Amino acid sequence: MIMRKDKYANRKYTIYGFFIFVGIIFLIRLSILQLFNNEYVFAAENNTRKDITIYPPRGLVFDRNNKLIVYNEAIFDLMIIPKEAKDINIVNFCKLIGIDTLEYQRKYKKAKKYSRRKASIFVKQLSKTQTAFLQEKLFQFPGFYVQARTLRKYPYKNAAHLLGFIGEVNSKELKNDTFYSSGDYIGKSGIEKSYEKYLRGEKGVEKLMVDVYNREKGSFHNGKYDIPAKKGYNLHLGLDVDLQTYGEELMRNKIGAIVAIEPSSGEIISMVSAPSYDPNLLVGRIRSNNYDSLLKDKHKPLLTRALNSSYPPGSTFKLVQALIAQQEGVLYPSTTYTCHNGFNYKGLHVGCHSHTPTINLEEAIKISCNAYFCNVYRSIINNHAYKNSEMGFRKWRDYTLKMGFGKKLGIDLPYERGGNIPKVEYYDKYYGKGHWNAITTISLAIGQGEILETPLQMANEAAFIANRGYYYTPHIVAQIGDSAKNNPSFTKKNYVGINSKYFDIVVNGMEKVVENGTAKLAKIDSIAVCGKTGTAQNPHGENHSVFIAFAPKDNPQIAIAVFVENSGYGGTWAAPIASLMIEKYLKGYIPKNRKWLEKRMLEGNLIPEDER
Amino acid sequence: MRDRRLAWRDLDWVIISIYLLLVFFGWLNIYSAVYNPSNHAIFDFSQRYGKQMIWIAASIVIALIIIIIAPKFFSQFSYAIYGFHILSLILVLLFGKEVAGSKSWFQIGSFAIQPAEFVKYATSLALAQYLSNLDVKVGNLKATIIAGVIIILPAFLILLQNDTGSALVYVSFIFVLYRRGLSGNIFVIGLIFAFLAVLTLLLQSLTYKLILLGVILLIISLSYLFMKKNLSNVLKLFGIFAIIVAFVFSVDLGFSKLQPHQQVRIKVLLNLKQDLRGAGYNVYQSKIAIGSGSISGKGFLNGTQTKFNFVPEQSTDFIFCTVGEEWGFIGSSLVVILFVILLIRIIYVAERQRSIFSQIYGYGVASVLFFHFTINIGMVLGILPVIGIPLPFFSYGGSSLWAFTILLFIFIRQDAERMKLL
Ligand SMILES: [Zn+2]
Repeated sequence: MIMRKDKYANRKYTIYGFFIFVGIIFLIRLSILQLFNNEYVFAAENNTRKDITIYPPRGLVFDRNNKLIVYNEAIFDLMIIPKEAKDINIVNFCKLIGIDTLEYQRKYKKAKKYSRRKASIFVKQLSKTQTAFLQEKLFQFPGFYVQARTLRKYPYKNAAHLLGFIGEVNSKELKNDTFYSSGDYIGKSGIEKSYEKYLRGEKGVEKLMVDVYNREKGSFHNGKYDIPAKKGYNLHLGLDVDLQTYGEELMRNKIGAIVAIEPSSGEIISMVSAPSYDPNLLVGRIRSNNYDSLLKDKHKPLLTRALNSSYPPGSTFKLVQALIAQQEGVLYPSTTYTCHNGFNYKGLHVGCHSHTPTINLEEAIKISCNAYFCNVYRSIINNHAYKNSEMGFRKWRDYTLKMGFGKKLGIDLPYERGGNIPKVEYYDKYYGKGHWNAITTISLAIGQGEILETPLQMANEAAFIANRGYYYTPHIVAQIGDSAKNNPSFTKKNYVGINSKYFDIVVNGMEKVVENGTAKLAKIDSIAVCGKTGTAQNPHGENHSVFIAFAPKDNPQIAIAVFVENSGYGGTWAAPIASLMIEKYLKGYIPKNRKWLEKRMLEGNLIPEDER
Repeated sequence: MRDRRLAWRDLDWVIISIYLLLVFFGWLNIYSAVYNPSNHAIFDFSQRYGKQMIWIAASIVIALIIIIIAPKFFSQFSYAIYGFHILSLILVLLFGKEVAGSKSWFQIGSFAIQPAEFVKYATSLALAQYLSNLDVKVGNLKATIIAGVIIILPAFLILLQNDTGSALVYVSFIFVLYRRGLSGNIFVIGLIFAFLAVLTLLLQSLTYKLILLGVILLIISLSYLFMKKNLSNVLKLFGIFAIIVAFVFSVDLGFSKLQPHQQVRIKVLLNLKQDLRGAGYNVYQSKIAIGSGSISGKGFLNGTQTKFNFVPEQSTDFIFCTVGEEWGFIGSSLVVILFVILLIRIIYVAERQRSIFSQIYGYGVASVLFFHFTINIGMVLGILPVIGIPLPFFSYGGSSLWAFTILLFIFIRQDAERMKLL
């Protein structure tokens, strides 16, 4: 056992060498990882950090009298992150939320298809009690959590079309704006859509630490890097919700629209599209069912007729002819034309009712003489100041465009239509160049033919006449937030290109219309209402009637257009409804002596009998 | 020979100090890895740190018993001890409990023991006993074969248990053989073959492998130009080439015989596969843990990687991550340096032995510890494949702690006797 001389003794140095070599390799590796590399510090933070999105409350909506018309109600969605929900007890989970395993698999697959790592909705809109119950048990099921969201509530069941509704983002919206993630809500129509960017606010982020199973382990750096959610801006509308409610009642069982504008600001005071619906119907779980039945309704309650339907303006357009002709110097208050039951030219006949044959401008407006305005129109088109009638027509068309016809006015609501003022090219194509003139297009004189206007454009006509020559772009939202200014384009005066002095005679004529002309039913005690009736021919049944008006005559507060389909003559339905709206707005009540009229309007059913 | 009672000062306190330091620091890191703020009583024996405390206490008792036992016991009964442990390996194959695919545990009630851990010291003893025979010379064939059998038999049985990592440990005894006279070329040849193996795996297509063999054939043919031109040299070179060809294809075959997860681990290490979610995940998370510790670490109990379970096996095979994350470069390099000092000290102490048995046993101890240290930390640092073997004295686990304690303290006890052999 005693050692001999050891010829391999030096080999111990080789072995020391090995040990030291490995030690040095490790120290080098450690210094690379720990001293000369930041990557891992970030990677460790990424690992443990979980960002929880904090949803801001959506902005509220108030009417012009600061009445709250849209507010939020909390609801809860059960969310799933498929990647993390792999190992749960599916049977127990299904029992908890009350679905079967087949349903579970279907929902799980759907969520997985959207994203394995990102959350999507598993069960929508749980009730508060369901949520409270779930939240106690949910810790057993990693990958599931409850996300609070807000639903919209409408204490007044009105103004559905202009308020619009919100719905889950679709895939296109998801792609277009990185703000959204699956299951988020977005404005789909009305101001909810057009003011989405203001209403939605800014999402916040709460940074938490999680372990490898994604269980929460407290806040990251004590919340130092959290980003608080910023609530959406509140919107203050020009809308008078009481007047809106009243307008919708008046339009019950009728098809049509009411648009009321404050001329001095362009704010929409009321915008009724009839038939309408209760905006609460398109909220929450009941939404898709209700939406479907509204969509199938043959009277199209989802259609915003005030913006999306265009009609021939009828006689209301005669005011436009009077203004253009005066500005062009081809018409004076004293100009008289003679009417023998209508306008006759080389076999062409535009009928008129019987009245004193020879009349001046004011009388022509009052009694709405067709022949007079055919002559006025002809004088504009055949104006000798221009080379030919095509040039005259172009000039005429330019005026109408300046007045806001034939193009979108630019209201702050989606899906506005622009109506139609026919172009030279249209007639060139139809009749051939040089083969048409004032007579060929004579129906334009009295607002028939190819002219189409939205009810909004009709109301805007009343507004620029009330202002004697300009209008503000009509808009729903008067103010965004508490101090933020609204779109500057809404405070700009749009001049219509007519000298204000030419309005006097037109306004006087309109006053006469109400006093003892075609719209006597629109007369209001102690308030001078100026109006004009119109009738749009309807080949399918009773004519549509329209009435535009503003009041009071001096310092006008409200300009209004009422359009009622199938109601016959403009003076019978549209004018009384407009006058009731005006009276309600200016006085706040309908006096006793007009209650009968109000009753008749409320009870009138103008939906064609075969469609009821 | 003076008869002298064992004196405490005869024990090698350098080794014992490092041992205690590592065990204590290891426990701190296990405590941190398992730490749960809502329940952190040190003496909670349902937690791993509580259990490890028991294992540590038991280890100290074991160490004391070994010191009390007459040192001759181990040299005299080394073959019997070896035989006993080989038997335990056979028994565990028959009656053992399968845990995570490896049939390597005896379950007695709630207590489980892994016999393979204890075979290392038994093999060291048996090898020391055999090689310390005066007429045994490592150089000759018979001695090499017998020593080889002593080493390979337990490795083979452990391989049958499906515990590749523990079986590989027996490769480390090459250091013992080397010290006793095995040709140093073994390392050169080993390196060449390791290089060949890596190349074979990197060159996945058969065409590339044939090109590789062609190049080798060319080199061998050229080397013949510088040799004596006779038949025996031609045969020698031909034999070498045949072995290389056989090796290249057996590496391929062996690789295909590996379990899929082992294949993936090797591929990930060789960068043949980028897989941060699967097999590469553990190593990636482990590197994040260590890397994010920076110079001074996140502080005791403040590691997020380990505390939040991003690192797998954080209290056992990946315990070094906790060191790296919470104690930073300072702490982890200290552990590396302590291990290197311990290993050098063991060799130094082995070299001062007058008994060849003790010296060889000492080399066995150093070899086993060195292998564990290299493979474990190399794995955690992402420079060696994931082979699940514990970090001595550090990793959680009763069997491994006790086995390393026995391994080390038999040596300490032998060393304390050195004065008596004068
Ligand atoms: Zn007439």
